Amino acid sequence: MSGASLTTAGAAAPAYRKVGSIRRERRWALIGAYVALAVFVLFFLTPPFHMLVTSLKSSAEIADLSGNPWVVRRPTLENYWELLQQGNYLLHFRNSVIVTLVVVAVTMVISTLAAFALARMRFWGSATLATGVFLTYLVPETLLFIPLFQIIGGLGLYNNLLAMILIYPTLTVPFCTWIMIGYFSSIPKELDEAALIDGANHFQMLWRIFIPVALPGILAATIFAFTVSWAQFLYPMAFLVSSENMVLTVGIVSDLIRGDTFQWGKIMAGALMAAAPPLLVYAFLMDYYIAGLTAGATKG
Amino acid sequence: MAQVSLRKVVKEYEGGVQAVKGINLEIADHEFVVLVGPSGCGKSTTLRMIAGLEDITAGEIAIGGTVVNDIPPRDRDIAMVFQNYALYPHMTVYENMAFGLTLRRFPKDEIRRRVENAARILDIGELLDRKPKALSGGQRQRVAMGRAIVRDPKVFLFDEPLSNLDAKLRVQMRVEIKKVHQTVRTTTVYVTHDQVEAMTLADRVVVMNQGNIEQVGTPQELYHRPATRFVAGFIGSPAMNMIPARLENSAGALRLHLPGEIVLPVPAERTQRYAPLAGREVLFGLRPEHLTEPKNLDRPNIALVEAAPEVIEPMGMETMMIFSLDGTEVTARLDPAVPVELGRKMPLAADLNQMHLIDPQSGRVL
Repeated sequence: MSGASLTTAGAAAPAYRKVGSIRRERRWALIGAYVALAVFVLFFLTPPFHMLVTSLKSSAEIADLSGNPWVVRRPTLENYWELLQQGNYLLHFRNSVIVTLVVVAVTMVISTLAAFALARMRFWGSATLATGVFLTYLVPETLLFIPLFQIIGGLGLYNNLLAMILIYPTLTVPFCTWIMIGYFSSIPKELDEAALIDGANHFQMLWRIFIPVALPGILAATIFAFTVSWAQFLYPMAFLVSSENMVLTVGIVSDLIRGDTFQWGKIMAGALMAAAPPLLVYAFLMDYYIAGLTAGATKG
Repeated sequence: MAQVSLRKVVKEYEGGVQAVKGINLEIADHEFVVLVGPSGCGKSTTLRMIAGLEDITAGEIAIGGTVVNDIPPRDRDIAMVFQNYALYPHMTVYENMAFGLTLRRFPKDEIRRRVENAARILDIGELLDRKPKALSGGQRQRVAMGRAIVRDPKVFLFDEPLSNLDAKLRVQMRVEIKKVHQTVRTTTVYVTHDQVEAMTLADRVVVMNQGNIEQVGTPQELYHRPATRFVAGFIGSPAMNMIPARLENSAGALRLHLPGEIVLPVPAERTQRYAPLAGREVLFGLRPEHLTEPKNLDRPNIALVEAAPEVIEPMGMETMMIFSLDGTEVTARLDPAVPVELGRKMPLAADLNQMHLIDPQSGRVL
């Protein structure tokens, strides 16, 4: 039936009939993608741009509502200068660096070992344990900080940076372990077997084969742990009270907002400088980060 | 160098599935033994048990006289080449080959000497600084072999090492593996599902089926004297023709009655062997190469039959002609110069000196 109708149509129509153009379709897809990306970038770059503009204004200019708020009339670095010269900003910065570095190190050691064990050493309950690890990540910190408050108090670590080092890994370890389980699982089993036969024990296999091969995944996990620790707000807000013990996120808001007085220029300058380290880390490791996340995604 | 012994080795997986059902095998020093069989026959499991990558459920495996059941792979002094090469992607070829020696704390000079020696044997000297991703499949497999050679182990284990290569390269690497074995003479256990690989490489072939060893023998033995229907069908390409037949005794002479009114005389020297089977249904086995265009007609026990080709497969050096006898497909192997025409009857010469009779019930070759 269809054969017959095809023959009739074929007789009337020319031998070739152009029904579409892959090139044209591709061009429209590209234009669409660029427009969507442009809107996205504009939307998300507006707040940082506002921060930058405000940080370069004097307090008087910020308070003056007559001009265009997006334009700096008399640019000044006094906000940055004062922040670095007076107050506890540098102390907060140092605290953030210490907490983040220690948390990243602790997280990476624990999650690499955990992920290797869960991905490769099939033991009783390993699959359930792997799911369990991820489930702990799903409990929101807004629920956790109340019982944690009691625990931290009981340990005598209230208003102590050590509390942050102890608590942050509860956020970072589950997710990093999960990313790395996915990444380790994607490494062919024959590679471990070859290493075993070559004479490696499990630790050598992890150190000499798994870690180098899974480096993109490990870097992705590192960046994640870094970002979470650096940007954590709720726990330091709840557990740190004196300015000299604070990290950047809470230090800026608690020191630069006095009652209803907002030192907008300094807040913006402080926030911008605080955003620099993650930005640098991302810029250097972006390619690895994306490779790591996608590898985890397909296998996890 | 060492011999390998498997005694009543069983592998049972969780859930009671038996992959290997109590096999016995003795592999001599310097010997090249190939385990061959279809997927799921237990050949890879057997190899992995020798390597120590799988636990043994029951039985005993000994390498060089030492029972290795509870010895981890690294202490068994074996080297293994995997199907997908399993090269460490972050290391150069040199580092890949040196890895096992480095872990065993060999002196640097000794490592270099061994790697360079292996690289020379395998002709990969100029690749030593490259990473595996910059190598072709054949080169990768050479490096994997190099990694095994530098260790100078008691036993080489090969797990389908050529399956990922294209046909041409496979033939080339096959020759390469044979040359390497002739040079280093290490006891080798090689797993493949390709019977041509098995026949060409092995000193002895072990044919496995459903977790059991069907037959162990030299390639010639397996080809000419298969013990079972499975071996007869598995070894040889194209496979042996197996035609249902009835053995009749008429006045002291045995005759085979095949479908299509074909009657073939049983060679006199086999009469005594087959006489007790008279009156029974059997399978008549004849390899395609023993069913050809009429030739050697002056020799004894060459019978002429007629058949009309249903499919013709010209291969260049020979032509396969396929016809059917009451639904059983039969392949004949013809000289390419012989004119063949679809559907037109032609005479064929069956070399009955090479025939086999198989018991259809037990599957044993009679």
